[in-house]
Amino acid sequence: MRSQRLLSPRQIQTAGFNLLRAVSLITVAPIVLMVIYIIINGLPALSLEFLFAYPADGMRAGGILPAIVGTLLLTIGTAVFAVPLGIAAGIYIAEYAPANRWTLLIHVAIINLAGIPSVVYGLFGLGLFVIFLRFGTSILAASLTLAIMTLPVIISTTEEALRSVPYAFRTVGLSLGATQWQTIRRVILPEAMPGILTGVILGLNRAAGETAPILFTGAAFFLPRLPHSPFDATMALPYHIFVISTQVPGMPPQIQYGTVLVLLIFVLGMNLAATVVRSRARARRQW
Amino acid sequence: MQPKPFRNPDGIINAVIRICGYSSILFVTLIFLFLMGEGLPALRVASLKELFGTTWYPNEAYYGILPLIFGSVLVTMGAMLVALPFGIATAVFISEVAPRWAKEFLKSLVEILAGIPSVVLGFIGILVVVPALRRLFDLPTGLTGFTGALLLGLIAIPTVVSIAEDALNTVPVSYRHASLALGATHWQTIWGVTVPAARSGILTALMLGVGRALGETMAVMMVTGNAPVMPGGLDALFQPVRTMTATIASEMGEVASGSAHYQVLFFIGVLLFLVSLLINVAASTVIFQRRGRSERVLS
Repeated sequence: MRSQRLLSPRQIQTAGFNLLRAVSLITVAPIVLMVIYIIINGLPALSLEFLFAYPADGMRAGGILPAIVGTLLLTIGTAVFAVPLGIAAGIYIAEYAPANRWTLLIHVAIINLAGIPSVVYGLFGLGLFVIFLRFGTSILAASLTLAIMTLPVIISTTEEALRSVPYAFRTVGLSLGATQWQTIRRVILPEAMPGILTGVILGLNRAAGETAPILFTGAAFFLPRLPHSPFDATMALPYHIFVISTQVPGMPPQIQYGTVLVLLIFVLGMNLAATVVRSRARARRQW
Repeated sequence: MQPKPFRNPDGIINAVIRICGYSSILFVTLIFLFLMGEGLPALRVASLKELFGTTWYPNEAYYGILPLIFGSVLVTMGAMLVALPFGIATAVFISEVAPRWAKEFLKSLVEILAGIPSVVLGFIGILVVVPALRRLFDLPTGLTGFTGALLLGLIAIPTVVSIAEDALNTVPVSYRHASLALGATHWQTIWGVTVPAARSGILTALMLGVGRALGETMAVMMVTGNAPVMPGGLDALFQPVRTMTATIASEMGEVASGSAHYQVLFFIGVLLFLVSLLINVAASTVIFQRRGRSERVLS
């Protein structure tokens, strides 16, 4: 029987492993190519003027300052609402929640929040914040929408980070006479902080790059000034990229690639920060 | 003995934390209520039969969303045909075959892909993929369902890879050892033992990948050509299509709030919400089942 086979199991394995290697390379190749392509084409556009000037000539010239500032403001606004709420919710689930139906329901709710399409968040933000609460198309409405979208990421990573702290840390804290909150605040949270921080950065990263949720809640097509209050609409990098690549005819490619590169640097920079936080914490950990 | 309230300095903070803990239930409920509140009145302006008609032309009050559903299904299926084989093969390679450095390298690249905003992928789609496909297949336009499926496949890959890899990692190492001890090669062990043992996790990866692709908006909107028409035949993949998400994103900005068109767009949002609810509840049920089984096996 064995001699009739075309290939021995060993040969099949070698061929199979090579196939897996090739497929994995094909899977990640577009990522590398894409990033390199954007860097090569976008780098010539980057200059101080591009970063710090207002758009001119129907966005076909000048800089992208309002979009950069807008994305920063939206990210900060998202953080203000989502970070405290998300961390507190994560603490509740990991440290307080009893194993009952309500807790299961919380888990199901978080899983569903994470799965709702981003454009549906946009609809919700339009209905609740823009129209019902009369915030108008504003930074406030867009930040709140993005915050709710970011919440499940922050909650889940906080929960996971807290659960990875050994149980003994809690019993030691309590046995020394600390209350549950004191134990969490002084012992558990500091240990879990790098993990929580990683989740926060990744969540905010996602919010910073999203377009669909801010389309009808806070993004302005063109606004040649900086916003004055949270009730102003704002330009934002992702929406600006959408506008200059589909809505404005005769855009110079250099400005397009330059804008994409700025967003990419922003987003990948945050990604890198998360990785650094995580690996430094891992190296320092003693338990 | 019962502690007196003023003795417990944690009372307030504990209450705040508890309220925050329940916030996610509140938000899901709010989202559902607002979508229903704005979307269900659509049934007053158009009957269910009209809503599920085949013509989408809101200017003339034709609110048939079937072409949009078709567009979403077509593009999502195409995306999974890309994301599943490539994603699962990559996950198997990362989890079972790759040396440590390759593992770290591939995982960080997939993480980078997960972090790239979809509008950037849409941009690359318009400037690079669309012209390339037009020339390659000699099409009148490169803005087709196929283009959207390719990009969506790429977008769904991080989801598929990370969940499938998690599933493979949770297969007890003793399974692999038993198979190897019986004389099977690594390759036979992977496909005969490890992957089948992780199949519920791989099913989860498939479902959440579908959810990810179905809900994706910007990239699809930018490269599919935005034509809300019913398919003529099998070549529909190489013609412009339009998904449900793209329709909401591209039309909501122009409608008056409270108009019939506005309500129908919210109605589409209700459908998307319900489908994602279904997918996620089903996927989490699979996860809970798997946990149950592995706990039984290992105890």
